[in-house]
Amino acid sequence: MSEVSNIAMQNPANSKKMLLAMVGIGIISAFLIVLTYELTLPRVQRLKAEALEKAIFEVLPGTDHTQAFGLNTDGTLFKIEEGDKSEAALYAGYDKGDKLVGYAVEAAGQGYADVIRIIYGYDPSEQILIGFQVLESKETPGLGDKIGKEEAFLNNFKALDVSVSNDGQLRNKVITVKQGEKQNPWEIDGITGATISSRAIGDIIGKSSMEVIPILHQNYKNGQNKMNSDEQQ
Amino acid sequence: MSNNDSTSKQKVTSTDEFIKGLWRDNPVFVQVLGMCPVLAVSNTAENALAMGLATAFVLLMSNILVSLLRNFVPKQVRIASYILIIATFVTVTDYAIQAISVELHKSLGAFISLIVVNCLILSRAEAFASKNTIGRSILDALGMGFGFTLALFCLGAVREILGNGSIFNIPLFSEGYQSWIVMILPAGGFFTLALWLLIINALQTRKVKS
Repeated sequence: MSEVSNIAMQNPANSKKMLLAMVGIGIISAFLIVLTYELTLPRVQRLKAEALEKAIFEVLPGTDHTQAFGLNTDGTLFKIEEGDKSEAALYAGYDKGDKLVGYAVEAAGQGYADVIRIIYGYDPSEQILIGFQVLESKETPGLGDKIGKEEAFLNNFKALDVSVSNDGQLRNKVITVKQGEKQNPWEIDGITGATISSRAIGDIIGKSSMEVIPILHQNYKNGQNKMNSDEQQ
Repeated sequence: MSNNDSTSKQKVTSTDEFIKGLWRDNPVFVQVLGMCPVLAVSNTAENALAMGLATAFVLLMSNILVSLLRNFVPKQVRIASYILIIATFVTVTDYAIQAISVELHKSLGAFISLIVVNCLILSRAEAFASKNTIGRSILDALGMGFGFTLALFCLGAVREILGNGSIFNIPLFSEGYQSWIVMILPAGGFFTLALWLLIINALQTRKVKS
């Protein structure tokens, strides 16, 4: 083998050449990577924002424009303006007449393969969930990924009960039941063949809605009261 | 890995350099290289095609650069420098695919980054590009790249038709078609690969006999 004899004959000049080659290639690589990153970044960000916007329109039918909100630790909402760095978790959707259609809530939790990220739409006037979309999942193709495709499953989210009782808590926690065993309006009819994935969706929505829906409900009520008093004046 | 390129390189024509990757030395069906993406990302025709083209692009760019630098890189650090070059173009491809379609990037997932360790690319750098001129290296990369894409597409098409009843998301059968779920699961990848290897081998043995 020629390489072996080469290594045996190594001399200082040769290591300098090796160093030069590696550093040279390293510099070319760094330049190429930074160049592509800079060139593609604006488009990647735009595409991601568009995908999210599309999902919001999907879960809140009739929405014309949206406003992102962040959640303070004390349970109040704050507006997030465009270009703001803080993570938005909530989006309010408004129709053409600036009337609130509902809120879209992002949530995530462990699925079968990896974390599933979803978004669901909440209609505060009816106190129901009106839409659901999978934002990101690595569930098994053909089985677990039915959570984003199966018509019967998606129909669960047309009017899922998340009403808030007087003490400011959800009356019933959203939960997934076995396929065909749905009896109450807050239950999600599961999918046979995607048991774990569909149960995970129930858990994610259950947990997220327990935290977020009472706050949104309170906010909506305050907004209504304010509007009523404005009208009276 | 095939090592007959270096010995016979003076005699082969340019067309031959291109054609060999498509058929005689097909990276998947004959050399059986890079099985990880072949089995993992061939569940639909679209994924297979995107994965194949991404790999072909990385292969082409790395072959060009390796061939360009073949007299400059000392033997002792050649593997390290090939990996560096390949990793660079994989990262570039990763960003490019994100910019083309977020959906596509999501469905290819981790397998884009795993092109780095696809032994097909390293084997072409080591066995071919480091010993041949740029022109020949480009032809070799195109042949091997398209051969890889073709093979992936052969698998992806069969798996999508049987497992999902569609091709490129266009439904082929009427509503009543019961899809073979197993074909889009990992097991289906092995079944389909075995089937194609059987067909290709049968064809090639027949050719040798006659």
